[in-house]
Amino acid sequence: MNKEQTIEELKNIVKPYIQNQEAFDGLTEDTDFINDLKINSANLVDVILDIEEKYDIVIDNEAMERMINVKAAMEIIENKLSEKNS
Amino acid sequence: MTSQEIISKLPYSNPFLFVDEILQSNENGVEGTYTFDENLDFYKGHFKEYPVTPGVILTEVMAQIGLVCLGIFLLDDSFNKNTSIALTSTEIDFLKPVFPKEKVTVISKKVYFRFGKLKCKVIMKNEKGEEVCTGTIAGMILSPALSKGEGAEIGLK
Repeated sequence: MNKEQTIEELKNIVKPYIQNQEAFDGLTEDTDFINDLKINSANLVDVILDIEEKYDIVIDNEAMERMINVKAAMEIIENKLSEKNS
Repeated sequence: MTSQEIISKLPYSNPFLFVDEILQSNENGVEGTYTFDENLDFYKGHFKEYPVTPGVILTEVMAQIGLVCLGIFLLDDSFNKNTSIALTSTEIDFLKPVFPKEKVTVISKKVYFRFGKLKCKVIMKNEKGEEVCTGTIAGMILSPALSKGEGAEIGLK
């Protein structure tokens, strides 16, 4: 999984839901979905469902609770993809 | 779960209960009715001498039947007084006016119910069977029994 490419893909997914353009423009691995991008918790569910669709993976409650920033999202995507392909 | 059981679990009362009966409910959706009493207070002012049901009230009827009644049905026994309900988004088109004494039917189809968020496609029809509003409504419905810690907190925001 290419890191830069995944960050770009995640940016496209979160774009419709962000409330802080500055944090979005300067998005890094450490960017927090709720605290930095100001995505509300109801829309965070849509972000996660869009991630499921994009990568054809299923995210469970436990993974959902860990998915607080870009880095955690990338780790979860990578784990779920490798589980699927193993 | 029967229609009466669902309605008895609704967290609303007069003058803000907008559900008369639930005609059917299943895993994928719900259908219910409400008749607008001509004495409802808002008709006195919306509009002056020309009572028409406000769009916000039509939205509320759609949310109470389409989202909350469906949520109660889906959560079943895990729905209780500690369950938190919050409307999170609505996107509704209003196609025809609804006047006092009209009976409307709300038909809601579940889009998804994941991580405590219920999203539905909702249609309201009048007695002629004409669509008066259509749209999408979403809310968070979380039972403490189902989600502990952060999940429960999300429901209260």
